[in-house]
Amino acid sequence: MIDAKVGGGEVHFIVCIKQVPEGTEVEIDEEKGILKREGVESKLNVYDAYALEAAVRLKEQYGGTVTVISMGPPQAAAVIREAYTLGADEGYLLSDRAFAGADTLATSYTLSEAIRRLPPFDLIFCGMQTTDGDTAQVGPGIAELLSLPHASYVTKIHELAGDGIIVDTDMGDGIETLKIKLPCLLTCTKEVNEPRLPSYKLKKATRGKKITIWDSKALSGANAAYFGLSGSPTQVERIFPPPRGRDKEMWEGSPEELGRRFYHKLKELKFV
Amino acid sequence: MSRMRVDQELCILCGQCVEACPFNGVEIRDDAVVFTESCRLCRVCVKACPVSAIWLEKSEPVSTVDKEQYKGVLVFAEQRQGSVQPVTYELIGKGLELAGKLGEQVCVYLAGSNLSSQAEDLLYYGVDRVYLYDHPLLERFRIEPYTSLMVELIDQIKPNIILMGATPVGRSLAPRVAARLRTGLTADCTLLDVKPNGDLVQTRPAFGGDVMAQIVTPRHRPQMATVRYKVMPAAERISNPHGEVVRCPVDERFLQSGIEILGFKPHEAASSITDAEVIVAAGRGIGKPEGLELLGELAGLLGGVVGVTRPLVEQGWADYTQQIGMSGRTVRPKLYIACGISGAIQHVAGMRGSEVIFAINTDPHAPIFDTAHYGLVGDLYEIVPALIEAIKKGGSFDAVFQAG
Repeated sequence: MIDAKVGGGEVHFIVCIKQVPEGTEVEIDEEKGILKREGVESKLNVYDAYALEAAVRLKEQYGGTVTVISMGPPQAAAVIREAYTLGADEGYLLSDRAFAGADTLATSYTLSEAIRRLPPFDLIFCGMQTTDGDTAQVGPGIAELLSLPHASYVTKIHELAGDGIIVDTDMGDGIETLKIKLPCLLTCTKEVNEPRLPSYKLKKATRGKKITIWDSKALSGANAAYFGLSGSPTQVERIFPPPRGRDKEMWEGSPEELGRRFYHKLKELKFV
Repeated sequence: MSRMRVDQELCILCGQCVEACPFNGVEIRDDAVVFTESCRLCRVCVKACPVSAIWLEKSEPVSTVDKEQYKGVLVFAEQRQGSVQPVTYELIGKGLELAGKLGEQVCVYLAGSNLSSQAEDLLYYGVDRVYLYDHPLLERFRIEPYTSLMVELIDQIKPNIILMGATPVGRSLAPRVAARLRTGLTADCTLLDVKPNGDLVQTRPAFGGDVMAQIVTPRHRPQMATVRYKVMPAAERISNPHGEVVRCPVDERFLQSGIEILGFKPHEAASSITDAEVIVAAGRGIGKPEGLELLGELAGLLGGVVGVTRPLVEQGWADYTQQIGMSGRTVRPKLYIACGISGAIQHVAGMRGSEVIFAINTDPHAPIFDTAHYGLVGDLYEIVPALIEAIKKGGSFDAVFQAG
């Protein structure tokens, strides 16, 4: 269904990116158990910058096209515009109220259905996780729904070799070097490269560049029951502030006093 | 399609929903509460509304599986180089607790090569069955065979709950299995409980770790969760196991893989903060990268290592292997000294299991003090040198005494 084209023409790289809230400073309303986020700024998920850089570097080395794809509200177009300044050639935003409230499975499904509707590809890159969800589930989920092999936690990209790509991945206990057949999906850690800074020249050149917006109708043929909240097996039942309060001692005084007291406590607890 | 609804008659335009929304997904326009494209249906506003004017209108109910068909807990036993990873025993411990509440069984999925003794040994942790897939081509983890065999097993034994370690392997395998089964998966659960109807109640930090979310999988089975190493207590080893090892035939069709393993280089053991008994951790309050040197000195004196919070890694001051928190590692050392750490849940979730926690912060209201056993209000650049001096003096006290 999906054919690799390395050696047989232009390479097509797809990068999945997400707009996430900047910072994690929030206040929690203890009484109501809700969170207040003041003046939320949004930014490109930091790991996605490494994924995009990986794709752009391969494009520079082997030729080809880099397509970025994101799902989110209309203002998430900002991260696609940012991706244009970092070397992306094409940008797609999946935006529809029907996609809202998606858990990782519904997100993987929606992205995979959109990717099926793009020109044939060789490689999909994702960040290893997002900083707002921290699940690391969407990349592998997309790979599964597209029946692709995948490797998570890629720390180094060696080269495209024949019908595959050679990469290093962090398996927790060590680094494994793998050759993965194309097409495949890779999720990138921060070890994989050093992302470039946005190019002012590209910013100017891509100012009016088209961002293709796809709603649920553009994905006709997909199962709409798998989109958004209703397509999400997991449901958030309750949100609450973290448990607080334990028996604690608060110490105040001059730094010398505190340092000494600290030392005596560590001695009492047999740490020194 | 599901959407948020507002009863404009009940609404008093107080704006609490607008303030509460983490995503700027609700606005007041022309004296009416309006949900924008940014709404993620998180329902924080439902709770915030003082007059209960907001509710979530769900689209037509999706069919629910027959929950009665799914029983028991299945634990994925991850092995690396033939040794079962320690998180497995913690998952078994939690699995036994959950299954015990429902009067059901705990089974284990183990795949690899030459693992008979490892499979037998798992029985000593009180599980009912170990399903062993033993084949030379399964020696090392490759995503496609491990996924297909696990899905085959799940189709056969229909577990209600599946627990997997939130390790690189578990976090790679779990979402593929969940996607193939079209079921729910919750990452990095910090609490797990089960309702009498078998629904798994999963608690994890959410929205970047600022709040806790309680997550359920109400219409799908099996219910899948990953749990990090050192978050839950391990199962006790017993002397009289009652379970059995079930050797499963390995269907050759499932061994196909697009992945060829060319090499493996183990990490140096010393680099792991997960196993450190003493951790001195730095947060944004250190202000400058040089602060890490000071804390490194303290860690050295205590026989420990330095850990950091996410912002320090994002600023490039430290390596992500040193990062403690939801997006880094979870640790349970005997001693944890938090320096200049405010205490975002993101971080606290990764260290709250530590035995003794000291926190140093200039802000007496910093949330880290709610997690600490001992809170020191003050500047770490004054307190830590004083402590270092005391340790150095203390350690050489006898020598000084004799010399004097």
